[in-house]
Formats: sequence, structure tokens, C-alpha cells
Amino acid sequence: MFLKNYIKEVFGAVGSLLKGMRRTGYYFTHHKEIITEQYPDNKDTLKLADRFKGEVVMPHDEHNEHRCTGCTACELACPNGTIKVVTKFDITPEGKKKKAIDKLVYHLELCTMCNLCIIACPSDAIIMAPTFEHSVFDRSKLTKVLNNPGSKIMDGVE
Amino acid sequence: MWSLSNISSAIHDWLNQQFNSTWALIMEMVIAGVCVISLFAVLGLVLVIMERKVSAWMQIRLGPNRVGPKGMFQSLADTLKLLVKEGLTPTGADKFLFNLAPFIAMIVAMLLLAPIAFAKDFQLWDLNIGVLYVSAVSSIMVISILMAGWASNNKYSLMGAMRSGAQIVSYELSAGLSILTIVVLTGSLKISDIINSQADGWWIFKGHIPVIIAFVIFIIAVTAETNRAPFDLAEAESELTAGFHTEYSGMKFALFFLAEYVNVFIVCAIGATLFLGGWMPLHIGHWEGFNHAMDWIPSSIWFFGKTFFLIFIIMWFRWTFPRLRIDQLLTLEWKYLLPISMFNILLATAMAILKWHF
Repeated sequence: MFLKNYIKEVFGAVGSLLKGMRRTGYYFTHHKEIITEQYPDNKDTLKLADRFKGEVVMPHDEHNEHRCTGCTACELACPNGTIKVVTKFDITPEGKKKKAIDKLVYHLELCTMCNLCIIACPSDAIIMAPTFEHSVFDRSKLTKVLNNPGSKIMDGVE
Repeated sequence: MWSLSNISSAIHDWLNQQFNSTWALIMEMVIAGVCVISLFAVLGLVLVIMERKVSAWMQIRLGPNRVGPKGMFQSLADTLKLLVKEGLTPTGADKFLFNLAPFIAMIVAMLLLAPIAFAKDFQLWDLNIGVLYVSAVSSIMVISILMAGWASNNKYSLMGAMRSGAQIVSYELSAGLSILTIVVLTGSLKISDIINSQADGWWIFKGHIPVIIAFVIFIIAVTAETNRAPFDLAEAESELTAGFHTEYSGMKFALFFLAEYVNVFIVCAIGATLFLGGWMPLHIGHWEGFNHAMDWIPSSIWFFGKTFFLIFIIMWFRWTFPRLRIDQLLTLEWKYLLPISMFNILLATAMAILKWHF
């Protein structure tokens, strides 16, 4: 019984080692599997992963409209005070006052790309952009206003 | 036909014509020494770039690709960097032993090259106990590692050196026993006899099951003896920084590095000689036409081809398997490899007596 287990163990071990070697051998012979991006050389064809988190941006459509309602959920969700929502009150055609954003200030230098603001946003107004060349000579350039000047909220986003 | 043995005998004849026999011998020694040193340098460069490329491709990376065509001069550039670096000796170190250790590692590697047959009739020293000499001299390697670890006055170095000592002492047993399998079948310790006995087929084919088991055990044991992953406990980057060569820098570090690669080459050359027929071309029994066709490929190409094939297998191990713990390492040797190789040598002896091999 002991001998049977012993031999079984040896063969099992050799089998599992060979399985590992088959995998590396496959990678050795299939160079198209190589995932290295030769970064500064392939700037034009650089492919980043879909979930790459580079910075927070607010997408605008062609009418310069965004989806941000100014609810400050992102500001509350942010663990280190990266986002500051400055709100204002618009007058709607019916004469009602409506809350909207004046500025959405984003401090890139404080951001840890934790994605919590994007999860918190109820109207999908902000997303993570796959950009990463963020170095600048002046620190004040890292403080960004995410909404374009003169932009307003999209119709139908509450 | 062009061959290394023709060149060496031509040089021998020319020297004996020009000078008396004593001077000719001295000059031949100098030439052999220069050849060995340049072989070392070339092997170091080739094996380092080979290791880096193989490791890169196995890990889905590109590897060095900036210096020279496809990065082939990378190891040359690295050597240049190591040459100009400062060789520091730590204050608390035993200066004499610390500086001596890398040279011992190097000298052992050089001594091991002596009985290796690189091509037909091309061998530095065909002594009648060649295999015994190789296994005896390779044990001196552990002294240089222990010396480096002790003299560094560093806990990591000492731990690495002690692990390496335990490892080499135990794995030498199964390496020796698997070498003995071939010695039993051949009936000689002489390298040239062992190669000539494989003229009608390599031992790995002629000796079937016992020799294949011995070959596998030999490859595992020499991987451990040369301190390469998965048995690289002596270096163990993640736990001991660099093990016995933590404190070494510059050219002294490079000598250790070079000795490691030359040792890999040597054990693979020994493995190729014992199991795969050394420089002997692929001969199958009495197929005269096939054997004759194989003879057209120069014997040195056969030798280096087989050796580099084994080196590739050892590199393949290194970049596939995770490192063993020290107790797992010793369990593998004492509970698995040693009993199996003892049983195996019994089998091989019975086979040699009863002529069960081809």
C-alpha cells in the first residue's frame, strides 16, 4: 500500500511538473503571445487595457452638454478630497430654481485612481480616461476643472 | 575533412618541428590555457544572453532588444559595466578569504573542463578515471561558496552558503549514482571509452528504462548542484537578497556569475557525454547508410548541440518551477531521488549482466 502511494505520488509530481513545462514551452514557441508594449516607440499604436485608470474626466457631447447634476456624490465618496463640486442655481424657463454645477474641480495630484467616485456617480457623468502622461512643470496645472466652460446639463438627466 | 582534431594535430606537428619537445609542450599548454579562458568568456556571454532571451520568451516578455541586433550584444555591454565597477570589500569581512573565493569558484570550473571531449579526438586530458575526476572536482565548488558566505560577515551570505552546502552534499549522491549507471553499462570510467561504447546508439536509447530514469535523476541532481532554480536556495533573491554573493560587486561578482554558467555548461556536457553520446553522431544499430550520413555533420556540432539542448532544458526548469523550501529540497533528495536511483542502479547492473540492453 505504501509503495503504491509512493509510486503514485512520484508519477503525479512528474505529471504536474510536465504540465507546467508545457505551458512555458507554449509561450516560448508562440511569440505572438508577448504582451510587452514598447512604450515610447509605439506611442501611436499603444493599446491600453479597457479598465486602465489614468485620470477622471467628464465626457461632453457635441452640444457641449454633460450629464452631471451636481449631486456631490463623488465629492462625498472621495476618500482624500480630490473632487470639489461648486454648485450654482439655474433659472429654468418655468421660472424655477434648479441646482447645477458651476465647476467640478479635480485635483489630479491628490487622486489615487481608486475609482470610488465613478462608482458613486448616479448619472454616469464622470469616467476614468486611459491617459497617463501627466507630468507637468507647475503643480497648479494638476488642478483641473472637468466641465467645459459654458457647458450645461443634458436634457433628461435628473 | 575539416575537424578540430586535424587542427590540433597540425599545430602539434608544427611546434614539434620548430622547437624541441619540452618547449613544444609548454607552448601547447599556453595555447590550451588561452583557449580555455576564451571559451569561458564566450560561454559566459552566450549563456547570459541565452538565459535572458529564454526567460523573457517563457514569461511572455521581449527580453533585451536594444544593444546590437535583437539585443545580442547586451551581455557584452553588461560585462563592460561590471569591469569598470568598483570591487568593494566590506570592512568586517575576512579580506583574504573574501577575495580568494571567486577565484576558487573559477579554478574549479576550469579544472572541470579538462576531461571533456569537445569533438572527435579533441580533448585536453583523457585520463582513465575521467568520470570520477569530474564528480570529485565538482565538489570543491561548495568550498568556494562556503568561503564566500563565511568571509562576507553577513547573515544572509552565511545562510545561503550553509544551505548550498547541505544541498550539494546531498544531491551529489544521486548525481553520482546516476553517473554510475552508465559506468556499470560501459565498464570504464574513461570518457573516450564511454563515448566509443555509444557508437551503435546512445545509451539513452540502448539502455532504455533504467538509463532514462538515471538521466532524469541526473538532470534534477545537477540542477540542484549548480544552485539553479528551482533549487536556488543558496541565492534565493526574495529571502536572502543574493545569498553567498550578497557582498560581492564588480568583477568579483562577475566571476561567481561566470562560474555558475560555466558549471551549468560543464554538467550539461557531462550529461551529454554520458547519456547522449558526447560528440558521437546519432547512430542507429547497423543502418550503415544512415550512420554514414550522420557522420557528415562535424562531431563538434553534435557535442555543442546536445550540450545546449540540455542547457535549454535546465533553463526551462528554472523559468517554470517555483523554488523549493529547504526541507522540501532535502525530502526530495533523501526520500525520493536516492531510493529511486539506488533501485535503479540495481536494475542497471542486472541489465548489464543479463545483456538486456541493445
